[in-house]
Amino acid sequence: MQKTDPPITPELVKKHGLTPEEFTQVREILGRDPSYTELGIFSVMWSEHCSYKNTRPLLKTFPTRSARIMVGAGEENAGIVDIGDGLAIAFKMESHNHPSAVEPFQGAATGVGGIIRDIFTMGARPICALDSLRFGELSEPEVRRLFAGVVAGIAHYGNCFGIPTVGGEVYFDKSFEGNPLVNVFSLGVLRHEQIARGKAQGVGNPVFYVGPATGRDGLAGAAFASQDLTDESAEQQRGAVQVGDPFMEKLLVEACLELLATDAVAGIQDMGAAGLTCSTCETAARAGTGIEIELSKVPQRAPNMTPYEIMLSESQERMLIIVKQGREAEVKRIFDKWDLPWAQIGRVTDTGRMVVRCHGEIVADIPAAKLANDAPIYHRESREPAYLQQVRAFTLAGVADTADPAGDLLRLLAWPTIASKNWVYRQYDHMVRAGTVVCPGSDAAVLRLKEDCLPVLPENSPNQGRQYPEKYLALTSDCNATYVYLDPYEGGKATVAEAARNLACSGAKPLGVTDNLNFGNPHNPELFYQLKEAVRGLGEACRVFDAPVTGGNCSLYNQSPAGPIDPAPTVGMVGIIEKKEHITTQWFKDAGDVIVLLGAPVDADDPLQGLGGSAYLQVIHRQKTGRPPRCDLAAEKRLHDTLRRLIADGLVKSAHDCSEGGLAVTLAEGCMSRREARATQVLIGAEVDLAAFSGARLDALLFGETQGRVVVSCSPTNAARLIESAQSNGVPAARIGVVGGADLKVKTAGTSFARPVAELHDAWWTAISKAMD
Amino acid sequence: MKFAVLQFPGSNCDQDCVHVLKNVLGHSARLVWHKDNSLGGADAVIVPGGFSYGDYLRTGAIARFSPVMRAVGEFAAGGGLVLGICNGFQILCEAGLLPGALIRNRSLQFRCEHIYLKTAAANSPFTCRIPAGRVLRIPIAHGEGCYFADPETLAGLRARNQILWQYCNAKGELTERANPNGSVQSIAGVCNQGRNVAGLMPHPERASEAILDGEDGRLIFESMIAWWEQRGQARAA
Repeated sequence: MQKTDPPITPELVKKHGLTPEEFTQVREILGRDPSYTELGIFSVMWSEHCSYKNTRPLLKTFPTRSARIMVGAGEENAGIVDIGDGLAIAFKMESHNHPSAVEPFQGAATGVGGIIRDIFTMGARPICALDSLRFGELSEPEVRRLFAGVVAGIAHYGNCFGIPTVGGEVYFDKSFEGNPLVNVFSLGVLRHEQIARGKAQGVGNPVFYVGPATGRDGLAGAAFASQDLTDESAEQQRGAVQVGDPFMEKLLVEACLELLATDAVAGIQDMGAAGLTCSTCETAARAGTGIEIELSKVPQRAPNMTPYEIMLSESQERMLIIVKQGREAEVKRIFDKWDLPWAQIGRVTDTGRMVVRCHGEIVADIPAAKLANDAPIYHRESREPAYLQQVRAFTLAGVADTADPAGDLLRLLAWPTIASKNWVYRQYDHMVRAGTVVCPGSDAAVLRLKEDCLPVLPENSPNQGRQYPEKYLALTSDCNATYVYLDPYEGGKATVAEAARNLACSGAKPLGVTDNLNFGNPHNPELFYQLKEAVRGLGEACRVFDAPVTGGNCSLYNQSPAGPIDPAPTVGMVGIIEKKEHITTQWFKDAGDVIVLLGAPVDADDPLQGLGGSAYLQVIHRQKTGRPPRCDLAAEKRLHDTLRRLIADGLVKSAHDCSEGGLAVTLAEGCMSRREARATQVLIGAEVDLAAFSGARLDALLFGETQGRVVVSCSPTNAARLIESAQSNGVPAARIGVVGGADLKVKTAGTSFARPVAELHDAWWTAISKAMD
Repeated sequence: MKFAVLQFPGSNCDQDCVHVLKNVLGHSARLVWHKDNSLGGADAVIVPGGFSYGDYLRTGAIARFSPVMRAVGEFAAGGGLVLGICNGFQILCEAGLLPGALIRNRSLQFRCEHIYLKTAAANSPFTCRIPAGRVLRIPIAHGEGCYFADPETLAGLRARNQILWQYCNAKGELTERANPNGSVQSIAGVCNQGRNVAGLMPHPERASEAILDGEDGRLIFESMIAWWEQRGQARAA
């Protein structure tokens, strides 16, 4: 024990977030009391962030296999999916919610850095990022500060690193005030034979530390992420937020990929949450080996760091590399070339133990596998929340139908959650790497994969000189947290369905899903119910769309003093587009094209006609209630398959899904979302006739959010064939209008309205910048 | 034609340039590490975009001291073609190979979007193939692209036709709205007095293929190639 270590008291144990039962388990594993350093190690490794102790039983219910899965969920730092022709992708989404709440710029920036490392740790070259963000309402100055800080932080890290941020989503809702959600996604590409493992393989192999020196920043961030946010969090926890250096990360990725090509690496893992602690014990546990390190050899940035601090630091841009014995010189050569610090800090053993020394003295000696894998598992109590009674009792009886559809449409388009997110994405470099085929502003981003997306090959590789065909990937992230709050199970299903629909609209077929479960405190049975039911819905939908979960992240304890967040199981979904010609965007193309609605205009079996939980109810009637629209997964699947077939047959010129704001918002976006250049949009009107759909309320027809609907356009000569083809596949299809003119004109059974597209565009395009600048 | 594409620590558009020069335009393009002292017999040099050395001090301020920059200086002094794109433009200004400086965008925010470019001087190796009156549509992606120079320098630039490109609207008009970063006189790119070194903030390499929604950027590379080939023929004759 170090001289300065405090004695292990029940108070100290409690401060480390371990329960008395968990502490007893620690003592049983060690056969003695832990040292201060060991207590810190157990505390971070057994936090929810690292151990999934509250969620593991639920996560096991997700579908995680398909013929394409090469590395499954939970096996490594990120899952890997085969995309054919010897190529594969690694992708994952992770949260940085708590750090972003107390220090938005660095909190978000380091979130991007962390997820990029998870990808290249797998041997893949990271080629893009997405961000899914949730904040309170923009009328609050503090919310604007957080929003501006998070966006600037993502821009700072991603732009400098040189990864295009190609898409994502931004929602604004009061429940996220004080506890914003910052979920970052990254995807990388590699050849099948290039998969790297986070395993400490080969007894006697040296263990290298590479990257900048360790400081006191980010001490025990994983444990911080596993607590409720309080009023004092900002003051007390700022030291738990790390500081990011994207330039260092850029050097690190290039050096690591160059090193991986030498075949000198036996195992590699990033030092993310729980830093040196997590990377050493997990690599040993995965390989069934032991690991021994000497802390005095670890490069240190701050003077007099204690073993506890070195082990728990979350300083950024660091990697642990297990090198094949005798190949040390190659590591040194490559890291010297990139001017990156490195140090040999230990070796792999056969003891199964993680032994940490400082100047020779043992400061921690723990069975690695027990530490990494034997965290307690909790089956938390779940109880249906009381508020759901009221939600289910809600009817439209007291809700007046719209008297001013054009005015309501304008208000919806200017609602920040629906409004254009150009204020956000114009700050992100979304084109670097010259691969972004569909930029932010359509249903899904589309990337092309070309030769330089791939990591370096070893010089003697048989694949040197092999030509790989160009591939096209579509990416989206989605979650309507209002739906999940109002009906966790249906909302969970709808989340996955929307993501799959967005992919189908771009011409893509889903490959897999990464999920980021943002929920409240799992000790509260009502909040745990939300988690349990949402996971059930997500899993069921993933099965239907054949989109296995390849990994992700759980962020619990998302609540501020004002209460818990709306449950947000964000999903990032990746799909593949077979041919370049199938890439489809959401905006109308040419005057004279016919507009067709695929799917039922209004769900006849829904007593709320798709208005429950809708943006319309929230914006126009100031009510966030009612059962959200039902998600019929079989009908969705039919719709997506049919849409892909129509696209492949060359019949579709644009496709845009109906989501927040319903059919009217979808049509308006079709008219105005094509951007030519700065201050130059391409606007085109549409004449829409919905008079045939007379059974529903007017607001439900225009603004209802009935699921399973897509608006497509096609050339007039193809319209009949498209409609017939859809109908013969069991998908309702109706001609609803024609593209052209300068106005959006809508006629219904009882009324009609028209507005210049330029006016709609102005409301939609400028809403967020007006609130921010 | 043999292109050398410089690679500084933090360059991130280097591969994009190589891709366009090699795979799209069919010429030779080789990465040259910033610690190299030689350009390896290249016919032209591209200083690509990115964040050299993280740009933490001042954009391009450290990169100009890299060993390879001495070789670039000598190459330029001998009349060799050098094109700096985005961060490369900033580096060439810091190195004194181009006049003026690039400062924070007036919005104080990073901007990534397509803009329109008007070619202000066609008599240069970088613009000779751009049809007269043709407005180019090319993306920008920068936080420090506001071109600045003192009045005397600007007068000199104008007098010698060194302003090559200016931000404009779709009709080719120079308007405040079309200027994405507050650059003086809407300047997007300039060349040196010898007209063999040029820099611009927009990224022609991101607009050189139909699949990336535009091929206008090719005209800039094709100008360099045409000019070089013509000079080679003149020499041979």
